[in-house]
Order: sequence, then C-alpha cells, then structure tokens
Amino acid sequence: MARAFTPKVVTANDLLKGDVIYQTADGWTRDLALAEVLTDEADADLRMIDASQQTDRVVGVYLADVDASGGTPRPTHFREDFRATGPSNYAHGKQEAQAHV
Amino acid sequence: MYNYTDFDAAFIKERNAQFRSQVERRIDGSLTEDEFKPLRLMNGLYLQLHAYMLRVAIPYGTLNSRQMHKLADIADRWDKGYGHFTTRQNIQYNWPELRDVPDMLDALAEVQMHAIQTSGNTIRNVTADHFAGASADEIADPRPVAELIRQWSTDHPEFQFLPRKFKVAVTGSSTDRAVTKAHDIGLRMVERDGEAGFEVIVGGGLGRTPMIGKVLREFLPREDLLPYLESIVSVYNVLGRRDNKYKARIKITVHENGLEDIRARVEERFALVRPLFTGVDQQMLAAIESDFAAPEFREKSLAAFEGAYTNDPVFRSWADTNLSDHRAPGYAIVSISLKAHGATPGDATSDQMREMAELAREYGHDELRISHEQNVILPHVHKSDLPAIHARLKAAGLGTANIGLISDIIACPGMDYCALATARSIPIAQEIATRFDELKLEHDVGPLKIKISGCINACGHHHVGHIGILGLDRAGVENYQITLGGDGSEDASIGERAGPGFSAEEIIPAIERLVLAYLDLRSEPAETFLETYRRLGLAPFKAALYPETQANAA
Repeated sequence: MARAFTPKVVTANDLLKGDVIYQTADGWTRDLALAEVLTDEADADLRMIDASQQTDRVVGVYLADVDASGGTPRPTHFREDFRATGPSNYAHGKQEAQAHV
Repeated sequence: MYNYTDFDAAFIKERNAQFRSQVERRIDGSLTEDEFKPLRLMNGLYLQLHAYMLRVAIPYGTLNSRQMHKLADIADRWDKGYGHFTTRQNIQYNWPELRDVPDMLDALAEVQMHAIQTSGNTIRNVTADHFAGASADEIADPRPVAELIRQWSTDHPEFQFLPRKFKVAVTGSSTDRAVTKAHDIGLRMVERDGEAGFEVIVGGGLGRTPMIGKVLREFLPREDLLPYLESIVSVYNVLGRRDNKYKARIKITVHENGLEDIRARVEERFALVRPLFTGVDQQMLAAIESDFAAPEFREKSLAAFEGAYTNDPVFRSWADTNLSDHRAPGYAIVSISLKAHGATPGDATSDQMREMAELAREYGHDELRISHEQNVILPHVHKSDLPAIHARLKAAGLGTANIGLISDIIACPGMDYCALATARSIPIAQEIATRFDELKLEHDVGPLKIKISGCINACGHHHVGHIGILGLDRAGVENYQITLGGDGSEDASIGERAGPGFSAEEIIPAIERLVLAYLDLRSEPAETFLETYRRLGLAPFKAALYPETQANAA
C-alpha cells in the first residue's frame, strides 16, 4: 500500500533576495504560517508544476512536510524550522524583518 | 605584495562585465537557473538556506589595509555589516542580493580582488602558511609560489571542468600550519644539497572519506613545479571518476589506482609537459618574488613591551597565547582572535575589519593574513608597539587571549547558513567557548584544537581536530559525533570515532567530561591533550564520555 500523503507546502528561494518563500493560493509569502497547505497528492503535484515554471521568480522548488494540525502549518523537521526562522547566531533574515514590523 | 598587471586587471574587468550581463539575463528570464548556476558558481556565488552567499578569494590569506577596508565597506553597503572568514582563507558574505553582486565584484576589483574559482570543479584559491614571510622556522616565503600557482590555475583551459574541486596548499616551513596533508596537493618547501625544492604530497582530503596525503615526490626541483603540477592535475582530469561525486576527488583516484600507478602516470605525463615550460614561468616567479620582498624591519627599544609584560597581567596573558616567534629580532607575529567567547568563530564586523586594517597600516607594514583557523594575523609587528595594539584590539572586542586554546574553535557555518549541512555548528562552538570561559579552565587545559563540521563534507576540519565534532541528522534530530586524536600538523592524523553521538543538549557536558578527564590523565601540566591521547589511546577518554556504559559493564 502506498504511504499516506502527509501535509506539505511548496517552498523555494526567492530569485532576487535568496530568501525562503512559500507558495500561497495566488503567489508567494515569506511567512510559513501564510503558506497554502496541500493535503492531496495530485493537487500537490499540480502546484509543484506551477511553481517550477516560475523560473524568473523562484529557485529550487520542492515540497516540504508540515504539521498542519494546529490550523497553521509548522515545520516537522529542524532544517525547515531554520529555513522558516533564520540563523540562530544573529537575528538576521526573517527575524530581522519581524523585528521591524 | 603582488600587484595586478594590466593583463590581470583587464581579465578581471572582462570577467566582471560578463557576469554582470549573465545576472541581468537571469533576472530578465533569458537564462534558467540550470543555465545560470554554473556561471554564478564560477564567480563564487552560492545560494544557501536563507540567502545568496558570495565567497571572495583571499589568495594565500594575504591582505593589505586597503583591501581589508574594502571588505568592510562591502559588508556595510551590500551585506549586514560583517563577514565570515573561512578555513580556506576566504571571506564569505552571507546576505547579498543577486542584483548587487556585480557591483560587489567591481568593488573588489578596485582593490585587486575577486571571487573567481572559489567554487566549482576547478583549482580553488591556493592557501598558504598564514605566518609566511614572518615565521622564524621558515625556509622561504611560500607566497610567490602560491601566486604563481594562482596565475597558472586561474582560467586554465584544461582544468575548468575537473571531476571535482581541487585544493592546493603551500608551506615554506617544517611546522605545517597550512594542513598540507589534507589537500588534494600539498607542497612543502624542502632543501636538498643546498638546492631548493618541494616535497609533493597528493591525495589528502577530509570529507566523507578522510585521507592523509601521500608523498608523490620527495624532492621536486623548484623550477619543475608548474609542469609537475600540470602533470598531476592532467592525470587526475582524465583518470578521476565522474560517475560518482563522492568518489571523484583525487584522494579516491590515488586510493583506487595506487600511489605507484599514479606516480608512473604523472612521470610519463611530466616527460611530455616539461619541455613545454621554457622558463617563462621562472621569469614570472622572479618578478613575483620581488613583490614579496620583506619589509624593512626596524630596530627599537623593547622597554615598552617589557614594561607592559611585567606590569599588566591581561597584556601578559594575551602576549603568552597570541604571539608567535618572528624571524626578525624584536618582532612578533600577532594572532588576532576572531573567537571571542560566545561569538561566531571567524566572524568580524566591518568596524573590527577597519580597526585591524588601521593597526596593520600603522604598526604592521600594511599586511594582514587570514588563517585557516579563522583568525586574523598581523605578521610583522615590532614588540614595542604591542601594548598600543593590544589596547586597541581590546577596545574593538578583538583582545581575546585564546589562540590555540579550547575556545579557539574552527566551525563551519553549519545549518545556520549552509544548504548542505545536516546540523548546526556555530551554536555548539559558542556554547563550548562560553562554558570553558565560565570554568576559567582553558589556560590550564592548554593547547587543544576543537574543530566542528555541520556535515560529512568536513569544512570544519573535524577529522584533524584534537577533538572533532561532526553534526548529523539522526532521525530528524541534531546529533553530534565526537572523534579524538586528529591532528592537522606535519604529524597529521585522522581522528578516531569515540562512540555513539550526543544530542545538542548532551554534547557540551560530554566535551566537559572529556576535558576534565584529560586533566586527570595527563602525566604533567606540560603534556598536551593530544600527547596524552597518543600515550593512552581511546579507552580512558571513552570511559569519560560514556560513564553509564562503563557502569553497566562493571
């Protein structure tokens, strides 16, 4: 039996800034909490194809596992946690942007 | 220092213009990422976890004050006000935006710097002993040869698509500060019957399959260097595996084919290549050597130094750890620690870079070096100037007296930045340094090299750390493996794995147990950690690392 499909988000790096971004229903966001959660494998495949074609906007598209049980997607692996947050030695990247909000 | 010729300047200008156009075409969609990636890598531009990263070459680790100022300016204008110095004597900027990179490269070109061949399957930035030209134990300054190799290898048409990256290190000293035995080619200057030459070491490397380099030629006459190097890389280019990137480095080629076979092939190739080198390279080398003429060393009273050494314990502590013997009387080599306790190893702010540049300009014959241990060196300082230098370093947060001690840790960027990493390195280094600073033990512990890598590729040189730490992903959790007894010096050896790994929470107490065990085990305070380990072997250290296993076995 095929493994059950677990919730995912489409993620990539922004072409110009290099920053981690996530696909939304109609574009991209820098905030994982705002990402579109994909729960259907066929749908995820289509969203991946759509994202992969946006080569003038994004780099390195892939599907990342998330835990969507709390309503908003959260990383399941520490690598995705660091991608969603930024480095731990300085409040740079997303942490810096959040501090300015 | 070497000064760009018109040819060099024109070459860099053209390359930068090409790259600017390539970036524009990537942004307007004319180039796909697959097309663009090899082009950006040729120019040192990576895409990491959170941002692009620009790796700038600091050839053989040598900078003048103007160049260091420019690195600071670039950090302020296009990055976040700091830079990260690496184990290959490069500087990395962690936050450039794609559109800005061509401007950064143009700014570098203003001070005769570039990012060419800091990535990709080419001959990378040639590294050298960071005490070159200054050390008391040196046969000759290795940097002219390193510069010659750089010129030969840059854009070398035969070697732009090697099976894998290729790293060369050169030392002019019998004390190996350049880790030559962990390079694809290591060159050690030697003399035989009054003639200058090189011992050529091949097939060293760390990473997934760590290997200590093997001597391919015990004595290579100086003038045969380039044709011999060309022969080695040429043999590797044809013979090196391209089917599996994990078996593509020359260390595997040497291992699989045998040293004798490689030697025979290299000698055969050398017979063909040698006549093509008609001596022009030696003329160029002679010109380069004049660029590296030693500064005019001054003679001054040592009273200021001796007074401070006697009366100021903080200065004395710093002088005892951070100074090395200089070949000129009255002079010292200053190692500036970029390892303040709790800070990120190898990072310097733009203000710190400027202060180091100014110190070099005012007191250090305008020279700075970057060491592979991620510190900055003022190679030529008169001892009478040391109290003033120390005061300014302290004020700039650069006065840490810990060179060669437990908190002088090499750490790769790890998963805080690197896309290849399997775990973080930096926080582990920060916590170890902070912990041993709290314990006030590090001067008692003495010389001890901890090296941390955040993945099997071993950029943090963990295999040659007296204590090596390798960060891995074990079932979705960061896990740290310890190796012991590694050594990157002329007595190079690969560390031995101590046992099962530790979690991020467990690793700091584990290191503490290990070091406290050493203090109990050493025969006398002068016996270093490495000496004790070599005398006693793994067992007593393993017992300290895994006390519960011992208890169960009892």
